[in-house]
Amino acid sequence: MIRSLIIFGALAGLAACDSSTTRAQTASSEPAPAASGPGKGKGYSHDPFPSTYHAYPGAPTLLRDVTIFDGEGGRFEHAALLFRDGKIVSIFADMSAAPGAGVTVIDGKGKYVTPGVIDIHSHLGDYPSPGVQANSDGNEMTGPVTAEVWAEHSVWPQDPGFGRALANGGVTTLQILPGSANLMGGRSVVLKNVYARTMQAMKFPGAPYGLKMACGENPKRVYGSKGRMPSTRMGNIAVDRQTWARAAEYKRRWDRYEEKGGEAPSRDLAMDTLRGVLEGEILVQNHCYRADEMAIVMDMAKEFGYHVSAFHHAVEAYKIADLLKANNTCAAVWADWYGFKMEAYDAVPENLAILDKEGACAMIHSDDANGIQRLNQEVAKARAAGIKVGMNISEEHAWTWLAINPAKALGIADKTGSLKPGKMADVVLWNGNPFSVYTRPEMVWVDGALMYDAKDPKRRPVSDFELGQPGEGDVK
Amino acid sequence: MTKQLLLAATAALAFAFPAAAQTVAITNAKLVIGDGGQPVDGGTVVIRDGRVVAAGPGVAVPAGIRVIDAGGKWVSPGIFAGFTRMGIVEVDGVDQTNDTGPGNVGFHAAIDVTPAVNPKSTPIAINRAEGITRAVVAPDNSGSIFAGQGAIIDLGADMDAVSKPRAFQFMEWGESGARAAGGSRPAAYAALKNVLFEIRDYIRAPASFNDRSKDAFLTRADAEALVPVLQGRTPLLVHVERASDMLVLLQLKKEIPALKLVFVGATEGWTVAPQIAAAGVPVIATALNDLPESFEQLAASQSNIGRMAAAGVTVAIGTINQDESRQARWEKQYAGNLVALTKVPGATGLDWGAAFAAITSKPAEVLGMGGEFGSLKPGRRGDVVIWDGDPLEIGTSAVNVFIDGVEQPLENRWTRLRQRYLDPKEGVLPKAYQR
Repeated sequence: MIRSLIIFGALAGLAACDSSTTRAQTASSEPAPAASGPGKGKGYSHDPFPSTYHAYPGAPTLLRDVTIFDGEGGRFEHAALLFRDGKIVSIFADMSAAPGAGVTVIDGKGKYVTPGVIDIHSHLGDYPSPGVQANSDGNEMTGPVTAEVWAEHSVWPQDPGFGRALANGGVTTLQILPGSANLMGGRSVVLKNVYARTMQAMKFPGAPYGLKMACGENPKRVYGSKGRMPSTRMGNIAVDRQTWARAAEYKRRWDRYEEKGGEAPSRDLAMDTLRGVLEGEILVQNHCYRADEMAIVMDMAKEFGYHVSAFHHAVEAYKIADLLKANNTCAAVWADWYGFKMEAYDAVPENLAILDKEGACAMIHSDDANGIQRLNQEVAKARAAGIKVGMNISEEHAWTWLAINPAKALGIADKTGSLKPGKMADVVLWNGNPFSVYTRPEMVWVDGALMYDAKDPKRRPVSDFELGQPGEGDVK
Repeated sequence: MTKQLLLAATAALAFAFPAAAQTVAITNAKLVIGDGGQPVDGGTVVIRDGRVVAAGPGVAVPAGIRVIDAGGKWVSPGIFAGFTRMGIVEVDGVDQTNDTGPGNVGFHAAIDVTPAVNPKSTPIAINRAEGITRAVVAPDNSGSIFAGQGAIIDLGADMDAVSKPRAFQFMEWGESGARAAGGSRPAAYAALKNVLFEIRDYIRAPASFNDRSKDAFLTRADAEALVPVLQGRTPLLVHVERASDMLVLLQLKKEIPALKLVFVGATEGWTVAPQIAAAGVPVIATALNDLPESFEQLAASQSNIGRMAAAGVTVAIGTINQDESRQARWEKQYAGNLVALTKVPGATGLDWGAAFAAITSKPAEVLGMGGEFGSLKPGRRGDVVIWDGDPLEIGTSAVNVFIDGVEQPLENRWTRLRQRYLDPKEGVLPKAYQR
């Protein structure tokens, strides 16, 4: 559904003026620099919609006699995991570890424990269910550069999809991105997968913003069909480079003002975002299918002094795994989507495995409200494809593809994405091996709070939208 | 050089014209018949003249025929994809390769996917390599609730793909039917009623049927295509999601008992499962839809199929609106997930045998062709797959695929691309020279 919106949805939409064309004043009109400005990064608020997320109360918990994938490639058999006060305390290789007083003990014989699943590419909330036009808020398709829009301002916290991703997928952290109609589609937001009344109360504390960029077919089709630039791939890159050149100038003016003071330059919200990228505080999350285009984008990033954190939907990444590794750029991919559009024609199921074998940073992603419920199975497919062509990929290593790797590409690897002591206790207890199609999450904790329990209907979230509807509170 | 060319040409010929149907026995199999039963060890399948002769644990192998020792591997009927648009699209986003819809022409029910099926399309080769051997191929609608006539195809590597042309008529109902009919459910209902009147007119006096006046609703060709539907000779597959919409159609079936109605999608089917079962209407359901993606899918649950089956509805798995032009291969994963539900408190899934039947014998039965396809019972087409594991489990591959008793090539663009790029770096010559 979302995919068809992204591929074919660019119908209506007026060619609104591009607010990013507002220019800063020329240097000669500014007064002489004062002795001191507000200080680096203090010219304007970088966090006007701060996170109000709080962890829910949770009991100190010991999961015992389980197989553990720690999310960083470690595996522990007949082991135990202890978490307390929302944080991971320790993995005990010896399951006889004494729980201590007041600790809830769960005997998980035959079951598996992993860090919560992280999806680096989701549109939950901004393309929610039901997928009606009134709720379709993922693509600001009125100009090819809308770096000024923030996906968080479209997120509807009542999307039933959040609950499905938690209960069926064990997803505890997800990045919500603007769509891919635009070259620069706006800022992403990283959320904890915990329902709240407001978007701010789902916001992952301390996670950097992302800038969604897009290569290829979508921007050129959307704007070419409106008779405006870009209508070609060369047009895509030209508009990108012109915009980065303006961003560099904007950054110079604000850097100077923040250091030396004087009259503040004009604010431009799109340029704020791009300046954040050039400063390294906002991470570029770049939709890009074709290998040749990724190579061009990485050169463009060097030209303007930024770094691409990850290419998303990188179906041809396998062709340039060495180049991605050399550029320290990750690839986020599907297991086996292919052929639905021209730039997806060369997709292969071995994509992720080849990237991984070549030492590039690789991960799974969903881009889909259904796929996000089965990312463990998508990783299982990608691993199986690699094994089939002779690669040796352990389960515990493959689990990095939805744990520490996406955490790194989101800039939150110090907080979540593995079961290292001190990290957020985002934990899934699976009722079997999560590489099997026959396995489902049994319990899911976010920051140590039990947010889903398959055996307890009271621990199954029901969004406002589903109250009083047929099937309310069903197992789904 | 010449020899290489000759070898290449021979290989190409072999690909274009697979060997004729063999007489072959597959022995020592973990055998799945596909009729809902569990696998049995030590099974044998015998195929002759493109059909299953016998399958079971105590089957004798005729002398002098090819014998494949499965070595304990799983052997089953090939997957029968319950609802697809495979073979009529190469790249969905490239219009010239997408023959799913009628475009702007005035024909609807008369549309027949048969001339569009391209046995050489990439999705057919990819799905064949994963053990999909037959598929329901449906057209998509535009400008009418009637989409046209679908076919049953095989996925063999030959140029004769259509096993049964005009196997059914496909109709959109609910929200998409309403949109096609002008914007509302009553409009769609009126359109349907009117079409039924017109077909009766056509049956009475085909020669004087008026399809030329400006207020005519139906072309002659459309009317002709709908006659066997009205007479119950051709099944009518209807995409319907909301419970109340299904009940409207069940009422219609009461008025026209001959209609061979089949529901497709049926997200809210579990809420009216007893009525569907009582009416004897089979269902090709979407397996894992659990989101209220529209207001006609509010009751969505992965337990839908399990609950309908428990109520006595004949249910198969299909993939409408789920990348149906290329991902029939996901049906195995979907079926596996339905087995997973049996371990989730409060959910209703299918046991392994029923789940496997939902992607083999059940789709064939739903289409009224259970005697021809979908299982390894004697007389069925020789669509047989040897797997290197449980076919519903992730990572299991098809090792040998037979369609109509012909062993199939398993190469495709996926295998070629990955072979070229297993080492992504270029060698002494560019990648374009590496094959």
